[in-house]
Amino acid sequence: MSDNSTLSELDRPNSYIGRSVPRPNIRRLLEGRGTYTDDIVLPRMAHVAFHRSPHAHAMIKSINSEAAAQVPGVIRIVTGRELAEVMTPWVGVLSHLAGMKSAPQHAIAVNQVCWQGEAVAAVVAENRAVAEDGVELIEVEYDELPVVADMETALDEGTHVIHPELGDNLIFQRELDVGDVDAAFAEADEVVEETYRFGRHTGVTTEPRIIIADYEPAEDNLTVYLSSQAPHMMKNLYAKHLDMEEDKVRVICKDVGGSFGIKVHTYADEMATVALSKLLKRPVKFLADRLESFVTDIHARDHRVKIRLGIKKDGTITGMEFDDLTGVGPYSMYPRTSGIEANQVVVLTGGPYTFKNYRAKATVVALNLNLMCQYRAVGHPIACAIAEGIVDDAARAIGMDPAEVRRKNLIPDDAYPYIANSGLTYEKLSHHQCLDKLLEMMDYDGLRQEQAELREKGVYRGIGLASMIEVTNPSPMFYGAGGAFISAQDGVTVRMDHNGGVTASTSITEQGQGADAITAQIVASSVGVDIEKVRVVSGDTEVTPYGGGTWASRATGIGGEAALRAGKQLRQNIKVIAGAMLQAEPDTLDVQGGTVVDIDTGKERLALSEVGRVVYFRGDTLPKDLQPELVVSRHYVPKEFPFTFTNGIQAFHVEVDTDTGFVKLLKCWVVEDCGTVINPQLVDGQIRGGVIQGVGGAMLEHCIYDDNGQLQNANMADYMVPMAVEMPDIEIAHCSSPTKDSELGAKGAGEAGTCGAPGAVMNAINDALSPLSAKVNNMPFTPEKVLKALGKV
Amino acid sequence: MSTLYPVTVTVNGSPVTRHVEARLSLSDFLRQELELTGTHVGCEQGVCGACTVRLDGRITRSCLVFAVQADGGEIETVEGLSDNGEIDDLQTAFHERNALQCGYCTPGMLITANELLKKNPSASRAEIREELSGNYCRCTGYHAIVDAVETTGRQRQGGAK
Repeated sequence: MSDNSTLSELDRPNSYIGRSVPRPNIRRLLEGRGTYTDDIVLPRMAHVAFHRSPHAHAMIKSINSEAAAQVPGVIRIVTGRELAEVMTPWVGVLSHLAGMKSAPQHAIAVNQVCWQGEAVAAVVAENRAVAEDGVELIEVEYDELPVVADMETALDEGTHVIHPELGDNLIFQRELDVGDVDAAFAEADEVVEETYRFGRHTGVTTEPRIIIADYEPAEDNLTVYLSSQAPHMMKNLYAKHLDMEEDKVRVICKDVGGSFGIKVHTYADEMATVALSKLLKRPVKFLADRLESFVTDIHARDHRVKIRLGIKKDGTITGMEFDDLTGVGPYSMYPRTSGIEANQVVVLTGGPYTFKNYRAKATVVALNLNLMCQYRAVGHPIACAIAEGIVDDAARAIGMDPAEVRRKNLIPDDAYPYIANSGLTYEKLSHHQCLDKLLEMMDYDGLRQEQAELREKGVYRGIGLASMIEVTNPSPMFYGAGGAFISAQDGVTVRMDHNGGVTASTSITEQGQGADAITAQIVASSVGVDIEKVRVVSGDTEVTPYGGGTWASRATGIGGEAALRAGKQLRQNIKVIAGAMLQAEPDTLDVQGGTVVDIDTGKERLALSEVGRVVYFRGDTLPKDLQPELVVSRHYVPKEFPFTFTNGIQAFHVEVDTDTGFVKLLKCWVVEDCGTVINPQLVDGQIRGGVIQGVGGAMLEHCIYDDNGQLQNANMADYMVPMAVEMPDIEIAHCSSPTKDSELGAKGAGEAGTCGAPGAVMNAINDALSPLSAKVNNMPFTPEKVLKALGKV
Repeated sequence: MSTLYPVTVTVNGSPVTRHVEARLSLSDFLRQELELTGTHVGCEQGVCGACTVRLDGRITRSCLVFAVQADGGEIETVEGLSDNGEIDDLQTAFHERNALQCGYCTPGMLITANELLKKNPSASRAEIREELSGNYCRCTGYHAIVDAVETTGRQRQGGAK
């Protein structure tokens, strides 16, 4: 059956696509009536707390839990050795990241502890407080081992090897050499070089990680309530490591209190909780307290990059090379691995520009620090900041305005499809359109003039630009090709009930971004009903189609397209039934505002509730050869490109107090091209939140470890996060280059803000400091570092 | 540890009595004893503001108060302030402006913002940012929250609901 509608699917009457509709399902969150996992109480639910290693590296000699076992209310104490009988260990490698290696990791350490905070024993008790009482009384004897805490020396001959069976501390290395970089530098008028450092930081979701595992032995069923972004992935892994049938495992994600990539990984303590539930045959709950979060939630970044760039006097960039070193944890995180961020740096750096000579190397080493893995914008902030930083250096070296250097080197808007140095194809980007729009929006020339005037008065303001590309809508090439059961496709099932109400169940998940809202908007538009008539179900592996979830800026681009396809087909099915009822050709009908109408005149013919009444209660009145189907499932996976690239540009305006080193963020501007925008207010919310998260890493956030692998600031008073008073207003504009790989044309928008902000902030600070011959290159840019750059401390 | 102490408080207008351990925080008391799960716990050290409630008319970090300390007190939580309509305009503005994403910080944010607007409905954006700086939000970047609070303040000043 074909749809002869002459209207574009995105432009139908009463379409919600492109409208800032308030999210339909969040009034309950505003009234404190959400259901976060910590709000769930199950019968016989026990609580686990973990005794965690105080050492970064040690052998476990003995564990004495006698005193702990005597605490009234303690149910069971379990060590790693016992738990290993229930749960198999895992290895965080992907086969398409060639040469990657990592050691098997257990849910609870068996012999060797490899980072401060690794669980050594579990205490299960009637409530959390009693479990913690038990934890206090556990005595563990350790033989301390040398701590590998410095990535610069992790591969040195004399450095202790954390896992001797692996031979060395190298986890992954990636190199890329395109064109002739040596010739490019020889032909350049200036070759600039710099070393950039990016501190370790972490996600600090407002809701800490939480899991309730409910193993039911009679039927061998496992239900897991989890604050997560990828329920189907976790369902597979629980079954795999508990040796269960996957069909017996159900993962339910209720309201999730922020994720940002923190809640898309396989955490040892969560795996232990699931195993404990199976062992004890009752529900077990684990909630990371904030101190545990800091030493166990994945960390990110921690890169040192030496970069060089060649440029001609006319502003043409001739080539770039860099060497990136990053120290991750003692294990590569499972199953997405700790190699993706470095790989992204190799793939993405300099991606907005036309130069063809590119040499990149990234080395990932193991350290006795907490594990690192994918966190919002994975690799992008590094790739963007090093390229944008060195481009500004080059601009200064040849005396050209940084906006002009970008204009000279950004890929022309008519050059697409364009094959990047990485070998990946950019389908359609809009760098120049975005640059022009940004400069106009911020009044770039006016700000430059103001800057010059204020410098005369000893006020140091700076303007920083950062052009960027972002990887979104990943295909199976991201993880599936590496052997991980992480789905790149998503599905949506739509169902019309007798009253004309529509339920859409989707495999993408909601963590606050608005995945449920855009699903409702797309389904309402494509079926032809008011958004109030659409209910969205997500986050439950038992009742939604199989799919990836929400991460890597994929939910709208992939899950949204599945919703569009499902809604369209449901509309078609409705038209066929209505056609039979009205004795009209289906193609002369449409569904608009919950009513079947004549497509040409818009004349109302039949309410959907009447179609539903007949289908569900008076099917006898329909033709015998018509079996009405008011449930439709559709799926979508990106096929044309391994990734759908987006682009954008950011600018920061800052003022540096050269006496105190404090940087005031005055304003931020963003122009973003994420293709078709479903809900502008939600996209802007993603960008603003992302920018501030990027600012956090650039200015404030730092997991500070000492030489012994001890985290020095593992609490929210000592680890600084962005608070309202320090953050600027952010003005946003859009360009739109929809992807043709889908009818919806949507690209991802979840990470662009975080990608560009650190580079833009850094460039703004260095622009402010440039008359003083000072420069910062080591994030986060604390007042102390600014004063050091100024030679004042 | 097992000694229990009686605590009698008025919560959202209703008197309740429970016998609790001395170490039980007010936030855990509200969540676990009274099942008022709108009060969220984020850091348990008074930094993040997710657990903000009103105790005897003043906004308070309920994770930093023991339940036994609140004995005899009057507590208002997001559930009560929703039921009595006191923050309805703020909630509507937050909804329309999408000033919440995951919603975990939202109850505390609303209670703090309401306190600010009661004192100073004409607060500037800078003043709003200053006042909300004890409430951590990871999702929004704060801009939309400041917008929503500013809009509500203007409405309250104009007498509009």
